[in-house]
Amino acid sequence: MNLVKKRKIKNVIALSVSVFAAIVGLFWLVFILSSVLIKGASSLNLSLFLNDPAPPGIPGGGLRCAFVGQAIITLIATLVGVPIGVLGGTFLAEYGRYKKYSEIISSLADMMTSFPSIVVGVFVYTVMVRPMGHFNGYAGAVALAIIMIPIIVRTTEETLKLIPWELREAAFALGAPYYRVIKDIVFRGAATGLFTGILLSVARVAVETAPLLFTSFNNSFLTLNPNQPMPSLTVTIYQYAMGPYEAWHRLAWGASFVIVLFVLIMSVLGRWIINKRYKNG
Amino acid sequence: MKERFYVKEGLFKSLSFASALIIVLICIAMFVVLFVFSYPAIKQFGVLHFILSDAWNPVKRIFGGAGAIYGTIVTTVLSLIFAVPVSLGIAIFITQICSHGLKRYFSNAIELLASIPSIIYGMWGLFTLAPLMRNYIEPFLQKIFLPIPVVRCLFEGTPLGIDLLTSGLVLSIMIIPFISSIARDTFELVPKELKESAYAMGATKWEMIKDVIFPYSKIGVLSGIIIATGRALGETMAVAFVLGNDHNIHLSLLKSSTTISVTLANEFTEADFRLYLSSLFYLAFILFIMSFTALGLAKFLLKRMKR
Repeated sequence: MNLVKKRKIKNVIALSVSVFAAIVGLFWLVFILSSVLIKGASSLNLSLFLNDPAPPGIPGGGLRCAFVGQAIITLIATLVGVPIGVLGGTFLAEYGRYKKYSEIISSLADMMTSFPSIVVGVFVYTVMVRPMGHFNGYAGAVALAIIMIPIIVRTTEETLKLIPWELREAAFALGAPYYRVIKDIVFRGAATGLFTGILLSVARVAVETAPLLFTSFNNSFLTLNPNQPMPSLTVTIYQYAMGPYEAWHRLAWGASFVIVLFVLIMSVLGRWIINKRYKNG
Repeated sequence: MKERFYVKEGLFKSLSFASALIIVLICIAMFVVLFVFSYPAIKQFGVLHFILSDAWNPVKRIFGGAGAIYGTIVTTVLSLIFAVPVSLGIAIFITQICSHGLKRYFSNAIELLASIPSIIYGMWGLFTLAPLMRNYIEPFLQKIFLPIPVVRCLFEGTPLGIDLLTSGLVLSIMIIPFISSIARDTFELVPKELKESAYAMGATKWEMIKDVIFPYSKIGVLSGIIIATGRALGETMAVAFVLGNDHNIHLSLLKSSTTISVTLANEFTEADFRLYLSSLFYLAFILFIMSFTALGLAKFLLKRMKR
């Protein structure tokens, strides 16, 4: 009897510890989100979006240039990264399916998704910034694209593999060449999944900081030419948060608020699309 | 008509093949570029000497990576110590305890932690966590551990909040979702029959978890931990805010330090002569090798598990 009691007590203790761990995990999430949202909301105002940075001491500065720069860099990175990623993933899931070398490429892509992003920044610095002679927005976009490609390759591969093989066979039987099967059958069937995957990957890469430090660098002016050093929200947050001025810190919190809101909206949107699809299908 | 199909087919196939090949090319190019640019430093300082020396002195033109490598390893190990138990607890909670309706929401909430950008972790660490550590937690730890003879050297120094301990904590929060989601997935792979037979023998829930689920899923969990290690090794922004930038090696966890990625972030744009830049490339090369090894190992284990 005593032994049974002891085992039961042990059971309760162990299970409570794991409940406690779950609470700890949730606690961090709530702690981080609430402190960013509370501090960020109080530093939000229109001038954050409409004005360019003012010199320290002069009120009314904003981060318009960083928002614009971030949008341009992300847009170029998306234009470069998404087609390559989708095509690469298509190859792995379709033409290269069951081949040894595509398994290797797939593993490599998987590893690259966890790769130190700062090393990518260093790499792009040597292959783009050095030859061109100055920091520029294109280099930042390429660095983000390099991070984006393996993520999109993997999501595309996983999504396309979910489409039943019989569907393709049906199309083959009608005499369709493989590229039309992919375009009209596989892509169409996987459209929602593909779109969501791409959306989440772009959202994830758009908020990277480390690869931009030595590629697009930073400045405090509205820059529309990607051939110039370009400001981005994340690098600006880094610079401002480490800086000595109270006004800078407020701007950094405001920018963090926007970024967190962006991430939250994107992930909720992604899940919503998937759930909707899941229910209908 | 048919010929046009062939042309298009060939075009599409080769285009997609080239896209897949880009992954491989990027990896190889990174390796080659990092090696070539770090070669002057490799030649100057050698391998062992660079790894073991913590002299980082741009003025005297002497560089050693030991400080950065030490900081990288210590913050990673600390983060694993904090994160592994919590993540396993979370995975157990999600798969074994939590009700079915709550399960999805809780999983999503933990995964949300992974989607918070690292710069936010850094900001939060600097402005919210570091003051708490400085004012409350670190003095409290010192009160407990300073009287104990050997352990005391880990907690010496004035608590500043900008140190190895805080960085380890921030990193641990970042890697919790990676470990817990892989652990959750592998726990769910355990066949129902095995669990039921444990219950049929009269095992309590904890005994079932300990004796059936853990042994069955240990390789999966291990690979999750290794992936998280790879992440923690290379994380830059979250740590850059709360670690300071000190190349000297201190035993105390309450001292500032640096990691390879933080050194790169802080000094790469300031390196004004060739050997300095080359030494930074050398550090980047070492980081490349470290994370590549960790991630490759994790991948290998996961592959073996699936067979």
